[in-house]
Amino acid sequence: MSGLFLTLYLRDLRLAMRRRVEALLPLVFFGVAVSLFPLGIGPEPQTLRQIGPGVLWVCALLASLLSLTQLYAGDLADGSLEQMLLVPHGAMLAAAAKAAAHWTLSGLPLVVAAPLLGLLLHIDTAALPVLALSLLLGTPTLSLLGSVGAALTLGLRSAGMLIVLLVLPLAVPVLILGTGAVMAIDGGQSAGAHCSLLGALLIFAALSATPAAAAALRIAVE
Amino acid sequence: MEETEKRVRSTQPQPPLAVADLACRRGDTLLFKGLAFRVEAGRMAWIRGRNGRGKTSLLKLAAGLSTPDQGQVLRDGRDLVYIGHANALNGDLSVGEALAFLLRLHGRPAGAADVLHALGRLGMQGRRHAAVRTLSQGQRRRVALARLALEDRPSLWLLDEPFDALDAEGTRELNQLLQAHLQRGGAVVLSSHAGLDADLLQPAEVDLDRYG
Repeated sequence: MSGLFLTLYLRDLRLAMRRRVEALLPLVFFGVAVSLFPLGIGPEPQTLRQIGPGVLWVCALLASLLSLTQLYAGDLADGSLEQMLLVPHGAMLAAAAKAAAHWTLSGLPLVVAAPLLGLLLHIDTAALPVLALSLLLGTPTLSLLGSVGAALTLGLRSAGMLIVLLVLPLAVPVLILGTGAVMAIDGGQSAGAHCSLLGALLIFAALSATPAAAAALRIAVE
Repeated sequence: MEETEKRVRSTQPQPPLAVADLACRRGDTLLFKGLAFRVEAGRMAWIRGRNGRGKTSLLKLAAGLSTPDQGQVLRDGRDLVYIGHANALNGDLSVGEALAFLLRLHGRPAGAADVLHALGRLGMQGRRHAAVRTLSQGQRRRVALARLALEDRPSLWLLDEPFDALDAEGTRELNQLLQAHLQRGGAVVLSSHAGLDADLLQPAEVDLDRYG
């Protein structure tokens, strides 16, 4: 089963390498959107430091939504999804592998880039590791939730808008906890509770989102 | 979708595929009802009917990809090969990569030699490095069908319009693959409007127009 997961995961990475511009879009959006805030609000370090964690997390959330409409759409159109569902536990494996590939391509680059952009927003250097850690725990949850949204809206018109409406409310706790973790460090407190809750959310999403996405995929193929 | 698949294990030998009192509806339209037939090992069922009568839906039901409105699909548990109307080839992959992915997905040998052999059987070995999106419709069909060239098990083949877009050479090759599969005890269910060599393969016809 792990071999099959790896086959599906590596295929998605290979396909992303064939469409490099699309694959880089979340990272480019993240960088550009965050960079615009100092220009729009002004270079006042104290202001930027206050809004920085929220800006970074909101931009990360929106960046992770960008490529969700294409998560399953291509495979549904060309018949690959049918082949995946014919394999024992194929729906679960496809959902898990695609969420993992989505995180690798959309979430992981944000984790790496966020500390650099945090410097741009004058976030305390002591809070930057926590920023990266909160994104490391939070962005996989966003990919898992996004996977459910993409599967539920598969084949529907206006799928992109529906995904946003479905996923954003579910992502609000991640956003609040992620921002809160960085702000806690900035306020001289521990971020342990926030990070623990982000970890708990990740475990919950991993256990519940994959079966939910798998069930939605089966319905979509019918 | 393994949970919709009904596998029969009893003392009586079961055919590779049997459908009983099957009904299928798409939206408000009843495609067929009361459909019943069996496909024995070494035999082929040829699904016929007008456009929109439910041939693709029947094959998806047989594969377990969808759930019948009524009736049962019974399979004896042997391996299944389903090639749908779409070729399941991603346009951004090369021909070799796309075929290797499908073989690996279904637990079949997917080494370079296996892929080359399969493509060679359908006359596509020279295009193995070409991107799938550069192929014609007929060439894509050949690549999708190349999976069948590596089959050596008496499995159940469900093929949706496999002759679609094939030229005379591809049609002849596919008929030979089907004949070899029946001879090794495999079973085949296919829909086709043209190309099937009925004299060679002796299919049992299932006319969906009679079940509307």
